[in-house]
Amino acid sequence: MKIHVDRSRCVGAGQCALTAPALFDQGDDDGLVEVLDAEPDGTQAAAAALAAQVCPSGTITLSR
Amino acid sequence: MTLSEPEATEFPVRLPGESFPPLQYADFREQPGLIRSTLPTGSPVWLVSRYEDVRTVLTDRRISSDPAREGFPNVARTGGVPTRDQIPGWFVGIDPPEHDRFRKALIPEFSVRRIRQWRPLIQETVDRCVDHLLSLGDSADLVSEFALPVPSLVISTMLGVPFVDREFFESRTKTLVNLKTTTEDERGVAVQELLRYIGRLIKVKQRRAGDDLISRLLESAVLSPEELTGVVMLLLIAGHETTANNIALGVVTLLSNPQWIGDDRAVDELLRYHSVADLVALRVAVEDVEIGGQVVRAGEGIIPLIAGANHDLNSFDRPDEFDPGRAARHHVAFGYGVHQCLGQNLVRAEMEIVYQTLFRRVPTLAVDADVTALPFKYDGTLFGLHELPVRW
Ligand code: SF4
Repeated sequence: MKIHVDRSRCVGAGQCALTAPALFDQGDDDGLVEVLDAEPDGTQAAAAALAAQVCPSGTITLSR
Repeated sequence: MTLSEPEATEFPVRLPGESFPPLQYADFREQPGLIRSTLPTGSPVWLVSRYEDVRTVLTDRRISSDPAREGFPNVARTGGVPTRDQIPGWFVGIDPPEHDRFRKALIPEFSVRRIRQWRPLIQETVDRCVDHLLSLGDSADLVSEFALPVPSLVISTMLGVPFVDREFFESRTKTLVNLKTTTEDERGVAVQELLRYIGRLIKVKQRRAGDDLISRLLESAVLSPEELTGVVMLLLIAGHETTANNIALGVVTLLSNPQWIGDDRAVDELLRYHSVADLVALRVAVEDVEIGGQVVRAGEGIIPLIAGANHDLNSFDRPDEFDPGRAARHHVAFGYGVHQCLGQNLVRAEMEIVYQTLFRRVPTLAVDADVTALPFKYDGTLFGLHELPVRW
């Protein structure tokens, strides 16, 4: 699985960093999403999917 | 304005003794399309009650949050959402792309990590509020003596309000939320006093910056001092009564479900379960748009019912049960889309710290009334409690 983010859409509420802290963080200066691990393994796949689902701005997309 | 459906459903009212959310919401979700209703002001409006439809409304670019637009719904007993002419910087009522400048300026202040850094100060504030509560003897109104002061004192710390002014600040914010005893005139005076105070505070910070939110926003110079005044006012108002309502309702619900006391998963479930901001995300269509099989015409008002979405059987199992074990993070208690609550991580931190601290330090805390007869805010824009008598 591969994680893609479109930072220009991010509204910085941090749902991703809260839901999947191993995969996402927020930039120190701008608070926008930062991907820590763009190719999560099986154990983190569910967390990645949940982060994509709860993100309010459609910033996070997943591909195989 | 044209609404094609012939018969309007009465605007849903919460009834004393009825469970929350209103029982009607379940019927609404079953009906095809949207619910045509009439606001207390007499204006027609569309009610949206299903989870997927609510998320659609809150992300569709053809739907606006601007209260100055014709057809924008007003559900408040008083004034309604201020327009940007009334309070510049009130960016919950500004659409993208203009909105994004305000949001981007504030995002770093409310990130998960930044809020984590504030936790020791939140803890200190909550401890002081518990000290105050205990100093009152063995009973008190938890709303006015605890639930309202906590968020007010926390945000005044973050904003850099000097210690000596905190009492002024707290008393004025309290006036704003007390619909029971405050007249519209008194509210107006409190708003003006707060705006004047914030304006002065900004001038002070311009001369002498501190380690606070206002100083950092001044330094980044993205917003004008006038816009910043409105933004600060927004942070105050948006985060105050909502948080207080969540705190007070949460105490009642946790005392009835004590097996969940001490489990932080209770926080998001409380947010979903009570959905205090049920009627807060008001919208108006800018173009014709189809939602849930219903065509909404340009200029027609839309209210996505947050509690409706959060109790939708298709998105949550046994939605009317309080079950933190479900660990459901996809609720829309903070809204959805570009206006999703900026302060959500602050609220979560406040609620976590409040419940941990309150139930640890006051283990005999109990509601001092018949729970079903408590003065719930059946009439307010926000759901909550006017008062919560407790003893310990
Ligand atoms: S959840 Fe979405 S909008 Fe929020 S910080 Fe993460 S990527 Fe950005």
